[in-house]
Amino acid sequence: MEAPPGGGAQGPRRRAARGLTLAQGSPTDAQLVAGCRAGDHEAWRLLVDRFSRYVFAICVQGFRLAEHDAEDVFQDVWARAYERLGQLRDDDAVRPWLAQLTRRACLDRLRAASRVEPVAELEEGFEDEELARVEDAWFVRELLEGLSANCREILDRFFCRDQSYATIASEVGIPPGTIASRISRCLRTLREMAEGRNDAPAASGGQT
Amino acid sequence: MSTYDEEKLGELLAALPPAPEAWVRAAQDLPLLRAQADEIVARAEADAAFRERLVANLNAALEAEGYEPDVRLVEQLRGRLEDA
Repeated sequence: MEAPPGGGAQGPRRRAARGLTLAQGSPTDAQLVAGCRAGDHEAWRLLVDRFSRYVFAICVQGFRLAEHDAEDVFQDVWARAYERLGQLRDDDAVRPWLAQLTRRACLDRLRAASRVEPVAELEEGFEDEELARVEDAWFVRELLEGLSANCREILDRFFCRDQSYATIASEVGIPPGTIASRISRCLRTLREMAEGRNDAPAASGGQT
Repeated sequence: MSTYDEEKLGELLAALPPAPEAWVRAAQDLPLLRAQADEIVARAEADAAFRERLVANLNAALEAEGYEPDVRLVEQLRGRLEDA
């Protein structure tokens, strides 16, 4: 794979302290960025995979873009990210950088739309409030990585993919009657982690 | 940090649904698409007849050369061939 355009010039890197750790074995954000710069397709695939829902949430929740606009902005953000990865000063700061690219792209899209047709005004402060909520959601998402694979899967399927108990049970291969208690147990562990009482993986989601 | 009860955690988890798969795949394919576009533009620069065929009918020329005329590839090539 060719290195992304502009991938050569790199200044001194400052390692930002990360308060949270990703699941064991997952490359860090900085490692993914370095891989992308080196032209590693897999690193790019993982980077997109890791942050796609974050970019998506900023588009549809932070700025309430309609689906077709959100899709255009989403693709535009990743195209810009690919083009400009070499300009990123701190590889650990790829998420805030993506957030900035996404916010700008959303605002550009809203401005362009307002020249063609009137767009509904966002309530005062709405955007900031929603973006703060996306950040909060990301914090919890990162905590999720500290849970067992089983917990992660059950919580993701139930809350993020809106799957029913029956679907989860069939996909994961566990009795439907145990889903609610597993969700509850995993959430409890997540809560403990969020409140700083437990930052180590604990709940197995019922699997031993 | 604010307090997180189970209900709030559930709401926050739900606030980050996955992006549509096709969108994600398209973004992931970006490097391959760029590489393909680079290859085609390089060929067009070296082969005037090929470039003429591309300019005359991009989709048909791509298909004739065995490229999948993906809409994103076509858009990118259109811009680059105009610039070149």
